[in-house]
Amino acid sequence: MCLAFPGKIIKLNSKNQATVDFDGVEKEINVSLIDNIKKGEFVIVHAGFAIERIEKSQKRELDNILGNI
Amino acid sequence: MDNIEILEKINKIAIEIGRSVNLMEVCGTHTQAISRFGIRKILPKNIKLITGPGCPVCVTSQKDIDAIVSLALAGIPVATYGDMLRVPGRFGSLDEAREKGAKVFDVYSTEDALKLKKDYPDLVFFGLGFETTTPMTAWAIRKGLTVYSSHKIFLPAMEALLNSSEVNIDGFIDPGHVSVVIGEKPYEKLNSPQVITGFEERDVLEGVYLLLCQIENSDSRVVNQYSRVVKKEGNKKIQEIIDEVFEIADGDWRGFGIIKNSGLEIRKKYQKFDAKNKYKNVLDKIDFSKSKDPVGCKCGEVIQGIISPKKCPMFGKVCTPDNPVGPCMVSVEGACNNLFCEAE
Repeated sequence: MCLAFPGKIIKLNSKNQATVDFDGVEKEINVSLIDNIKKGEFVIVHAGFAIERIEKSQKRELDNILGNI
Repeated sequence: MDNIEILEKINKIAIEIGRSVNLMEVCGTHTQAISRFGIRKILPKNIKLITGPGCPVCVTSQKDIDAIVSLALAGIPVATYGDMLRVPGRFGSLDEAREKGAKVFDVYSTEDALKLKKDYPDLVFFGLGFETTTPMTAWAIRKGLTVYSSHKIFLPAMEALLNSSEVNIDGFIDPGHVSVVIGEKPYEKLNSPQVITGFEERDVLEGVYLLLCQIENSDSRVVNQYSRVVKKEGNKKIQEIIDEVFEIADGDWRGFGIIKNSGLEIRKKYQKFDAKNKYKNVLDKIDFSKSKDPVGCKCGEVIQGIISPKKCPMFGKVCTPDNPVGPCMVSVEGACNNLFCEAE
Protein backbone atom coordinates (compact mmCIF):
# COMPACT_ATOMS: atom_id res chain seq x y z
CA MET A 1 0.00 0.00 0.00
CA CYS A 2 3.02 2.25 0.44
CA LEU A 3 4.18 1.31 -3.05
CA ALA A 4 4.92 4.30 -5.26
CA PHE A 5 6.19 4.53 -8.82
CA PRO A 6 8.36 7.08 -10.59
CA GLY A 7 6.99 8.53 -13.82
CA LYS A 8 7.39 11.45 -16.22
CA ILE A 9 4.76 14.15 -16.77
CA ILE A 10 4.13 14.13 -20.50
CA LYS A 11 0.93 16.20 -20.69
CA LEU A 12 -0.97 18.56 -18.39
CA ASN A 13 -4.68 17.83 -18.94
CA SER A 14 -6.22 20.19 -16.40
CA LYS A 15 -5.36 21.96 -13.15
CA ASN A 16 -5.48 18.65 -11.26
CA GLN A 17 -4.78 16.01 -13.89
CA ALA A 18 -1.72 15.06 -15.95
CA THR A 19 -0.75 12.16 -18.15
CA VAL A 20 2.24 10.37 -16.66
CA ASP A 21 4.51 7.96 -18.54
CA PHE A 22 5.59 5.00 -16.42
CA ASP A 23 8.31 3.51 -18.58
CA GLY A 24 5.97 3.14 -21.58
CA VAL A 25 2.66 2.82 -19.75
CA GLU A 26 0.65 6.06 -19.75
CA LYS A 27 -1.89 6.85 -17.05
CA GLU A 28 -3.86 9.91 -15.98
CA ILE A 29 -2.72 10.99 -12.52
CA ASN A 30 -3.93 13.56 -10.01
CA VAL A 31 -1.22 16.21 -9.56
CA SER A 32 -3.05 18.54 -7.17
CA LEU A 33 -0.80 17.65 -4.21
CA ILE A 34 2.24 19.31 -5.85
CA ASP A 35 2.43 23.01 -6.71
CA ASN A 36 3.42 24.27 -10.17
CA ILE A 37 3.98 20.91 -11.78
CA LYS A 38 5.42 21.14 -15.30
CA LYS A 39 5.56 18.93 -18.36
CA GLY A 40 8.82 16.96 -18.46
CA GLU A 41 9.21 16.73 -14.68
CA PHE A 42 9.57 13.36 -12.95
CA VAL A 43 7.27 12.54 -10.04
CA ILE A 44 6.65 9.78 -7.49
CA VAL A 45 3.08 8.48 -7.81
CA HIS A 46 1.18 6.72 -5.03
CA ALA A 47 -2.43 5.46 -5.25
CA GLY A 48 -3.22 7.64 -8.27
CA PHE A 49 -1.66 10.85 -6.91
CA ALA A 50 1.73 12.43 -7.55
CA ILE A 51 3.20 13.05 -4.07
CA GLU A 52 6.58 14.62 -4.88
CA ARG A 53 8.93 15.67 -7.63
CA ILE A 54 12.07 13.63 -8.22
CA GLU A 55 15.04 15.99 -8.14
CA LYS A 56 17.50 14.29 -10.43
CA SER A 57 20.25 16.72 -9.54
CA GLN A 58 19.92 15.87 -5.84
CA LYS A 59 20.85 12.23 -6.24
CA ARG A 60 23.83 12.01 -3.94
CA GLU A 61 26.44 9.32 -4.06
CA LEU A 62 27.21 7.28 -0.97
CA ASP A 63 30.66 8.83 -0.57
CA ASN A 64 29.10 12.31 -0.37
CA ILE A 65 26.67 11.18 2.34
CA LEU A 66 29.46 9.51 4.30
CA GLY A 67 31.37 12.74 4.18
CA ASN A 68 28.58 14.35 6.21
CA ILE A 69 28.28 11.78 8.99
CA MET B 1 30.53 2.15 -5.81
CA ASP B 2 28.60 -0.95 -6.94
CA ASN B 3 26.54 -3.37 -4.86
CA ILE B 4 29.45 -5.79 -4.37
CA GLU B 5 31.65 -2.99 -3.01
CA ILE B 6 28.89 -1.85 -0.63
CA LEU B 7 28.43 -5.44 0.55
CA GLU B 8 32.18 -5.73 1.18
CA LYS B 9 32.01 -2.57 3.28
CA ILE B 10 29.02 -4.01 5.20
CA ASN B 11 30.96 -7.23 5.88
CA LYS B 12 34.00 -5.29 7.09
CA ILE B 13 32.08 -3.00 9.42
CA ALA B 14 29.98 -5.93 10.74
CA ILE B 15 33.19 -7.64 11.86
CA GLU B 16 34.42 -4.41 13.47
CA ILE B 17 31.12 -3.98 15.38
CA GLY B 18 31.52 -7.57 16.53
CA ARG B 19 28.09 -8.06 18.09
CA SER B 20 24.59 -8.90 16.99
CA VAL B 21 22.78 -5.89 15.46
CA ASN B 22 18.99 -5.61 14.95
CA LEU B 23 17.86 -3.22 12.21
CA MET B 24 14.14 -2.71 11.71
CA GLU B 25 12.45 -1.72 8.46
CA VAL B 26 9.11 -0.02 9.06
CA CYS B 27 7.70 0.28 5.55
CA GLY B 28 5.83 -2.49 3.75
CA THR B 29 7.52 -1.64 0.45
CA HIS B 30 10.94 -2.01 2.09
CA THR B 31 9.80 -5.41 3.42
CA GLN B 32 8.92 -6.39 -0.15
CA ALA B 33 12.22 -5.05 -1.52
CA ILE B 34 14.28 -6.90 1.12
CA SER B 35 12.55 -10.19 0.24
CA ARG B 36 12.62 -9.61 -3.52
CA PHE B 37 16.35 -8.89 -3.58
CA GLY B 38 17.17 -11.62 -1.01
CA ILE B 39 18.98 -9.07 1.14
CA ARG B 40 18.61 -11.03 4.41
CA LYS B 41 20.53 -13.91 2.86
CA ILE B 42 23.51 -11.82 1.75
CA LEU B 43 24.06 -9.86 4.96
CA PRO B 44 26.60 -10.98 7.58
CA LYS B 45 25.15 -13.31 10.23
CA ASN B 46 25.37 -10.74 13.02
CA ILE B 47 23.28 -8.17 11.06
CA LYS B 48 19.61 -9.00 11.40
CA LEU B 49 16.78 -7.28 9.53
CA ILE B 50 13.50 -7.28 11.47
CA THR B 51 10.17 -6.34 9.92
CA GLY B 52 8.22 -3.78 11.93
CA PRO B 53 4.70 -2.31 11.73
CA GLY B 54 5.02 -0.89 8.20
CA CYS B 55 2.20 -2.82 6.54
CA PRO B 56 -0.99 -0.71 6.80
CA VAL B 57 -3.32 -3.66 6.36
CA CYS B 58 -1.47 -5.63 9.07
CA VAL B 59 -1.65 -2.94 11.76
CA THR B 60 -5.35 -2.20 11.24
CA SER B 61 -7.15 -3.20 14.40
CA GLN B 62 -9.63 -6.05 14.56
CA LYS B 63 -12.18 -3.55 15.85
CA ASP B 64 -11.94 -1.43 12.68
CA ILE B 65 -12.20 -4.53 10.49
CA ASP B 66 -15.29 -5.71 12.38
CA ALA B 67 -16.79 -2.22 12.06
CA ILE B 68 -16.33 -1.93 8.29
CA VAL B 69 -17.53 -5.49 7.62
CA SER B 70 -20.61 -4.75 9.76
CA LEU B 71 -21.35 -1.65 7.68
CA ALA B 72 -21.08 -3.70 4.48
CA LEU B 73 -23.36 -6.43 5.87
CA ALA B 74 -25.85 -3.73 6.91
CA GLY B 75 -26.23 -2.85 3.22
CA ILE B 76 -23.89 0.15 3.07
CA PRO B 77 -21.62 0.07 -0.02
CA VAL B 78 -17.93 -0.07 0.98
CA ALA B 79 -14.78 0.61 -1.05
CA THR B 80 -11.17 0.17 -0.03
CA TYR B 81 -7.71 -0.90 -1.24
CA GLY B 82 -7.28 -4.50 -2.46
CA ASP B 83 -5.45 -6.41 0.30
CA MET B 84 -7.87 -5.21 2.96
CA LEU B 85 -10.70 -7.20 1.41
CA ARG B 86 -9.26 -10.56 2.48
CA VAL B 87 -8.44 -9.79 6.12
CA PRO B 88 -10.70 -11.93 8.31
CA GLY B 89 -12.67 -10.48 11.19
CA ARG B 90 -15.31 -11.69 13.59
CA PHE B 91 -18.01 -11.28 10.94
CA GLY B 92 -15.79 -12.59 8.13
CA SER B 93 -13.83 -10.51 5.63
CA LEU B 94 -15.09 -7.84 3.23
CA ASP B 95 -14.63 -10.43 0.45
CA GLU B 96 -16.91 -12.83 2.31
CA ALA B 97 -19.43 -10.04 2.87
CA ARG B 98 -19.42 -9.49 -0.91
CA GLU B 99 -20.11 -13.20 -1.45
CA LYS B 100 -23.14 -12.75 0.80
CA GLY B 101 -24.42 -9.96 -1.45
CA ALA B 102 -22.86 -6.87 0.15
CA LYS B 103 -21.66 -4.11 -2.17
CA VAL B 104 -17.88 -4.17 -1.67
CA PHE B 105 -15.47 -2.57 -4.14
CA ASP B 106 -11.70 -2.80 -4.57
CA VAL B 107 -10.32 0.58 -5.71
CA TYR B 108 -6.88 1.82 -6.80
CA SER B 109 -7.43 5.37 -5.62
CA THR B 110 -9.83 7.62 -3.74
CA GLU B 111 -10.65 9.21 -7.11
CA ASP B 112 -12.04 5.82 -8.17
CA ALA B 113 -14.09 5.77 -4.95
CA LEU B 114 -15.49 9.22 -5.77
CA LYS B 115 -16.50 7.97 -9.22
CA LEU B 116 -18.27 4.99 -7.59
CA LYS B 117 -20.12 7.39 -5.32
CA LYS B 118 -22.07 8.65 -8.35
CA ASP B 119 -23.73 5.21 -8.62
CA TYR B 120 -23.70 4.48 -4.86
CA PRO B 121 -24.37 7.77 -3.01
CA ASP B 122 -24.09 6.08 0.43
CA LEU B 123 -20.65 4.64 -0.35
CA VAL B 124 -18.15 4.52 2.53
CA PHE B 125 -14.42 4.46 1.82
CA PHE B 126 -12.37 2.52 4.40
CA GLY B 127 -9.35 4.79 4.81
CA LEU B 128 -6.29 3.09 6.24
CA GLY B 129 -2.56 3.51 6.25
CA PHE B 130 -0.08 6.14 7.28
CA GLU B 131 0.93 9.58 6.03
CA THR B 132 1.38 8.13 2.53
CA THR B 133 -2.28 7.21 1.98
CA THR B 134 -3.86 9.81 4.28
CA PRO B 135 -3.52 12.77 1.84
CA MET B 136 -5.55 11.00 -0.87
CA THR B 137 -8.30 10.34 1.68
CA ALA B 138 -8.21 13.95 2.90
CA TRP B 139 -8.40 15.21 -0.68
CA ALA B 140 -11.44 13.01 -1.35
CA ILE B 141 -13.23 14.02 1.88
CA ARG B 142 -12.95 17.63 0.72
CA LYS B 143 -14.68 16.47 -2.50
CA GLY B 144 -17.50 14.82 -0.53
CA LEU B 145 -16.40 11.20 0.00
CA THR B 146 -17.68 9.57 3.20
CA VAL B 147 -14.84 7.83 5.05
CA TYR B 148 -14.37 5.42 7.94
CA SER B 149 -10.91 6.48 9.13
CA SER B 150 -8.40 3.99 10.43
CA HIS B 151 -5.53 6.27 9.38
CA LYS B 152 -2.48 6.42 11.60
CA ILE B 153 0.58 8.56 12.27
CA PHE B 154 3.76 6.55 12.10
CA LEU B 155 6.21 8.18 14.50
CA PRO B 156 4.39 7.24 17.76
CA ALA B 157 4.67 3.55 16.78
CA MET B 158 8.45 3.93 16.40
CA GLU B 159 8.58 5.58 19.83
CA ALA B 160 6.54 2.69 21.27
CA LEU B 161 8.99 0.21 19.78
CA LEU B 162 11.99 2.04 21.27
CA ASN B 163 10.27 2.03 24.68
CA SER B 164 9.39 -1.66 24.47
CA SER B 165 11.24 -4.12 26.68
CA GLU B 166 10.32 -6.97 24.33
CA VAL B 167 12.34 -5.91 21.31
CA ASN B 168 15.82 -4.46 20.99
CA ILE B 169 16.29 -2.22 17.95
CA ASP B 170 19.73 -0.81 17.07
CA GLY B 171 18.54 1.29 14.13
CA PHE B 172 15.63 2.01 11.82
CA ILE B 173 15.29 2.02 8.05
CA ASP B 174 12.70 4.82 8.07
CA PRO B 175 9.62 4.57 5.85
CA GLY B 176 10.56 6.15 2.51
CA HIS B 177 7.20 7.38 1.28
CA VAL B 178 5.92 8.44 4.71
CA SER B 179 9.10 10.52 4.75
CA VAL B 180 8.15 12.15 1.42
CA VAL B 181 5.19 13.64 3.28
CA ILE B 182 6.64 14.41 6.75
CA GLY B 183 10.27 15.10 5.80
CA GLU B 184 13.37 14.39 7.89
CA LYS B 185 12.76 16.55 10.94
CA PRO B 186 10.09 14.60 12.90
CA TYR B 187 12.44 11.60 13.20
CA GLU B 188 15.10 13.70 14.93
CA LYS B 189 13.35 13.35 18.29
CA LEU B 190 13.93 9.59 18.28
CA ASN B 191 17.16 8.59 19.99
CA SER B 192 18.15 5.96 17.46
CA PRO B 193 20.29 5.65 14.33
CA GLN B 194 18.02 6.10 11.30
CA VAL B 195 18.32 6.14 7.53
CA ILE B 196 15.68 7.30 5.08
CA THR B 197 16.33 5.23 2.01
CA GLY B 198 14.85 4.28 -1.35
CA PHE B 199 13.57 0.95 -2.59
CA GLU B 200 16.15 -0.35 -5.04
CA GLU B 201 18.63 -3.06 -4.03
CA ARG B 202 21.42 -0.51 -3.85
CA ASP B 203 19.30 1.88 -1.78
CA VAL B 204 18.60 -0.78 0.86
CA LEU B 205 22.23 -1.93 0.99
CA GLU B 206 23.40 1.67 1.35
CA GLY B 207 20.79 2.15 4.07
CA VAL B 208 22.13 -0.83 6.01
CA TYR B 209 25.71 0.40 5.60
CA LEU B 210 24.85 3.94 6.72
CA LEU B 211 23.14 2.55 9.83
CA LEU B 212 26.14 0.36 10.65
CA CYS B 213 28.45 3.40 10.30
CA GLN B 214 26.36 5.20 12.93
CA ILE B 215 26.26 2.17 15.23
CA GLU B 216 30.02 1.74 15.03
CA ASN B 217 30.51 5.41 15.91
CA SER B 218 27.84 5.29 18.69
CA ASP B 219 26.00 7.98 16.75
CA SER B 220 22.23 8.57 16.51
CA ARG B 221 21.01 10.76 13.70
CA VAL B 222 18.74 10.81 10.66
CA VAL B 223 20.60 10.29 7.39
CA ASN B 224 18.68 10.89 4.17
CA GLN B 225 19.90 8.56 1.42
CA TYR B 226 16.65 9.20 -0.55
CA SER B 227 17.08 12.95 -0.98
CA ARG B 228 16.24 12.68 -4.68
CA VAL B 229 12.63 12.39 -3.44
CA VAL B 230 12.50 13.16 0.31
CA LYS B 231 12.94 16.85 1.17
CA LYS B 232 14.04 18.00 4.63
CA GLU B 233 10.68 19.69 5.32
CA GLY B 234 8.58 17.09 3.47
CA ASN B 235 5.63 18.07 1.29
CA LYS B 236 4.06 21.05 3.10
CA LYS B 237 1.03 21.19 0.82
CA ILE B 238 0.15 17.61 1.74
CA GLN B 239 0.77 18.29 5.44
CA GLU B 240 -1.68 21.22 5.26
CA ILE B 241 -4.39 19.14 3.55
CA ILE B 242 -4.07 16.38 6.18
CA ASP B 243 -4.20 18.94 8.99
CA GLU B 244 -7.25 20.65 7.52
CA VAL B 245 -9.29 17.44 7.36
CA PHE B 246 -7.94 15.30 10.20
CA GLU B 247 -7.20 15.77 13.87
CA ILE B 248 -4.88 13.71 16.01
CA ALA B 249 -6.48 11.13 18.31
CA ASP B 250 -5.39 7.94 20.03
CA GLY B 251 -4.85 5.14 17.50
CA ASP B 252 -5.69 1.45 17.87
CA TRP B 253 -2.95 -0.78 16.39
CA ARG B 254 -2.98 -4.55 16.09
CA GLY B 255 -0.50 -5.94 18.60
CA PHE B 256 0.33 -2.62 20.26
CA GLY B 257 -3.23 -1.75 21.31
CA ILE B 258 -3.87 1.96 21.84
CA ILE B 259 -0.90 4.22 21.08
CA LYS B 260 -1.49 7.74 22.32
CA ASN B 261 -1.78 10.43 19.62
CA SER B 262 -1.14 7.98 16.80
CA GLY B 263 -4.54 8.03 15.11
CA LEU B 264 -6.28 10.43 12.74
CA GLU B 265 -9.99 11.19 13.03
CA ILE B 266 -12.04 13.42 10.73
CA ARG B 267 -12.48 16.99 12.05
CA LYS B 268 -15.94 18.30 13.03
CA LYS B 269 -15.84 20.62 10.03
CA TYR B 270 -16.18 17.52 7.82
CA GLN B 271 -18.38 15.54 10.23
CA LYS B 272 -21.04 14.82 7.62
CA PHE B 273 -18.45 12.78 5.71
CA ASP B 274 -17.39 10.80 8.80
CA ALA B 275 -18.85 7.29 8.59
CA LYS B 276 -18.33 6.84 12.36
CA ASN B 277 -20.80 9.69 12.85
CA LYS B 278 -23.09 9.03 9.88
CA TYR B 279 -23.58 5.33 10.70
CA LYS B 280 -23.31 5.58 14.47
CA ASN B 281 -26.60 3.68 14.82
CA VAL B 282 -25.09 0.62 13.09
CA LEU B 283 -21.72 0.82 14.85
CA ASP B 284 -23.27 1.30 18.32
CA LYS B 285 -24.90 -2.13 18.05
CA ILE B 286 -21.53 -3.92 17.75
CA ASP B 287 -19.95 -5.36 20.89
CA PHE B 288 -16.31 -4.48 20.15
CA SER B 289 -15.12 -6.23 23.31
CA LYS B 290 -15.51 -9.42 21.24
CA SER B 291 -13.22 -8.12 18.44
CA LYS B 292 -10.22 -10.37 18.97
CA ASP B 293 -7.30 -11.52 16.82
CA PRO B 294 -7.90 -14.85 15.04
CA VAL B 295 -7.29 -17.79 17.40
CA GLY B 296 -3.60 -18.76 17.40
CA CYS B 297 -2.58 -15.85 15.14
CA LYS B 298 0.74 -14.25 16.15
CA CYS B 299 0.49 -11.20 13.84
CA GLY B 300 0.40 -8.88 16.85
CA GLU B 301 3.83 -10.06 17.97
CA VAL B 302 5.21 -10.28 14.43
CA ILE B 303 4.23 -6.65 13.72
CA GLN B 304 6.22 -5.47 16.76
CA GLY B 305 9.26 -7.54 15.80
CA ILE B 306 8.93 -9.59 19.00
CA ILE B 307 8.91 -12.85 17.07
CA SER B 308 9.86 -13.88 13.56
CA PRO B 309 6.95 -15.24 11.47
CA LYS B 310 8.74 -18.61 11.57
CA LYS B 311 8.09 -18.78 15.33
CA CYS B 312 4.34 -18.86 14.70
CA PRO B 313 3.20 -22.51 14.78
CA MET B 314 0.74 -21.84 11.93
CA PHE B 315 3.29 -20.22 9.57
CA GLY B 316 3.47 -22.10 6.26
CA LYS B 317 1.29 -24.92 7.61
CA VAL B 318 -2.23 -23.80 8.42
CA CYS B 319 -1.49 -20.20 7.40
CA THR B 320 -0.34 -19.58 3.81
CA PRO B 321 -0.96 -16.80 1.25
CA ASP B 322 -3.70 -18.98 -0.31
CA ASN B 323 -5.30 -19.63 3.06
CA PRO B 324 -4.25 -16.77 5.35
CA VAL B 325 -5.24 -16.76 9.01
CA GLY B 326 -3.99 -13.26 9.82
CA PRO B 327 -3.29 -10.01 7.94
CA CYS B 328 0.51 -10.45 7.88
CA MET B 329 -0.04 -13.43 5.56
CA VAL B 330 -2.84 -11.71 3.60
CA SER B 331 -1.00 -8.56 2.59
CA VAL B 332 1.79 -8.57 -0.01
CA GLU B 333 3.53 -6.14 2.37
CA GLY B 334 3.11 -8.40 5.39
CA ALA B 335 6.09 -10.00 7.16
CA CYS B 336 4.62 -13.51 6.95
CA ASN B 337 3.60 -13.24 3.29
CA ASN B 338 7.06 -12.01 2.29
CA LEU B 339 8.96 -14.59 4.31
CA PHE B 340 6.75 -17.36 2.93
CA CYS B 341 7.27 -16.20 -0.68
CA GLU B 342 11.03 -15.78 -0.08
CA ALA B 343 11.28 -19.38 1.16
CA GLU B 344 9.23 -20.65 -1.78
